[in-house]
Amino acid sequence: MLAMSYRGPQRVRIDQKPMPEILHPQDAIVRVTRSCICGSDLHLYNGNVPDTRVGETFGHEFIGVVEEIGPDVHKLKVGDQVIVPFNIACGECTFCKQELYGNCHESNPQATAVGGIFGYSHIAGGYNGGQAEYVRVPYANVGPTVIPDWMHPDDAVLLTDVVPTGYQAAEMGGIQKGDTVAVFGAGPVGIMAARSAWLFGAGRVIVFDQEEYRLDFVRKFAQCEAYNFKSIEDPVVFMKKTTDSLGADVCIDAVGAEAAGSAMQTITGRKLLLQAGSSTALQWAINSAKKGGIVSIVGIYGPTGNLVPIGNVVNKGLTIRANQASVKRLLPRLIEHIRNGVLSPRQLITHHIPLEEISDAYRIFSDKLDNCIKPVLIPPSARI
Amino acid sequence: MENQEKDYSHIKGWGIDADPKNDPTYPMRKRSNDEHNGYGWKRPPQQPIDIEVLHSNERPNVTAVFGTSAPPSGLSGMIRRYAFRYGEGSFAHWLPLLMADRVNVVEGILDDFRRGRVPNIFAERGGKAEWKHNPKGMVQKVAIGVVVVTAVVALLSRRSRSSES
Repeated sequence: MLAMSYRGPQRVRIDQKPMPEILHPQDAIVRVTRSCICGSDLHLYNGNVPDTRVGETFGHEFIGVVEEIGPDVHKLKVGDQVIVPFNIACGECTFCKQELYGNCHESNPQATAVGGIFGYSHIAGGYNGGQAEYVRVPYANVGPTVIPDWMHPDDAVLLTDVVPTGYQAAEMGGIQKGDTVAVFGAGPVGIMAARSAWLFGAGRVIVFDQEEYRLDFVRKFAQCEAYNFKSIEDPVVFMKKTTDSLGADVCIDAVGAEAAGSAMQTITGRKLLLQAGSSTALQWAINSAKKGGIVSIVGIYGPTGNLVPIGNVVNKGLTIRANQASVKRLLPRLIEHIRNGVLSPRQLITHHIPLEEISDAYRIFSDKLDNCIKPVLIPPSARI
Repeated sequence: MENQEKDYSHIKGWGIDADPKNDPTYPMRKRSNDEHNGYGWKRPPQQPIDIEVLHSNERPNVTAVFGTSAPPSGLSGMIRRYAFRYGEGSFAHWLPLLMADRVNVVEGILDDFRRGRVPNIFAERGGKAEWKHNPKGMVQKVAIGVVVVTAVVALLSRRSRSSES
């Protein structure tokens, strides 16, 4: 089968790989019909995540058709079209029982800090991902969810990560009616976070980014204010000025390790890898929050450490809430929102690219070429 | 505050998920206190461990399922085995892993040659897309590369000339 293969920082290609096999009684094999490149894949692509091994296949956002099931799989049948959440979750451990499906304790031997994730290096379990024609899906009774007949596949594929992550970012913000919410980052997750903030009753939503085309998009899609931080001297001062000098009730870091905006953070975090990525967005979020406010983090960072103003967190009495999205927990509500026309995530998709052109797809997304917001990869078997 | 709007009727779904209980003290997990009983849940069946699986020293075992994408091998594998002696909070764990990743890149190139394949690094880096959508940036990158290489070569040749004299 065809599958993406990581070769080194900023080097990926399509290779022929062996078909995945059932290795566990609760496994399923899924034929991929759509997969995405996620902003967090760029941390892997840039070689910033430790234990990313040559030959791995990335991709944690995919949907497909069940081709084969293990003997203990009883919630799916061959032929089902499924949304596959990016979290690999057993459903049995104490964390899964609490619906913390991103924190499963039986899916990632290499690290205890995160559960298993498809195609996200050995730091997340060493699983091959969905930027391929076929994928092995462990714990198939737990995560995979049958796609409703009425749902467009482009909406479905965004339910694997982007929509739940953006929604959970707003949810973790504990937004109360009338709150001012600042979102740092107008990538797909930031856009969804801004849109979701209204669902929780935000009174004002403000987004920061440096790409004009993304700011234009988020203004229309999320009906919010959006500002280019390059044209503002200091986003934190701007936030204070626009909130009677108090700051935002809720700040969301929707960028993570690839953040721009500070030369010092970029050099130490992204170029020299002296930090686990650049934490500029998180720094702005902490400093822009009102005293007693909440900072919600869904941007992804590496496992080592970052320079953040933790003293300000203490002095301002901030609450920090963060996690990988618990996709399975959120899916029923989000499916309802799509059915009712409250959310229309597929508007985020700007590019449909053949899987065979994976190297170009990564370059386009990574460098934000051709006004790219969200690229979707289509394997050859899904184009027949 | 500026622009504080009061009428949100133009925003579809405004407030439909509002939850006054969702303040910072309201847990987002369904707390059961089961974790007070320790690692006592009924584990799923174990995936056969028929490849080398490195596991964190912060857990007692290999998880019930695991990925099989790229078992440790070669020099990078040796470095990874060393790294896994240390806990997840230690730089002695992560820095060797980053080093192993870089060694692994060289191993990947050598492996390509061993299989009779010359890696097309221009294509792997998405050169075609960059040329199509950002030719100016690409020319700039190439020009900077040429300048840097020329400067290094000039510097080295000047040093070798001065050491000869």
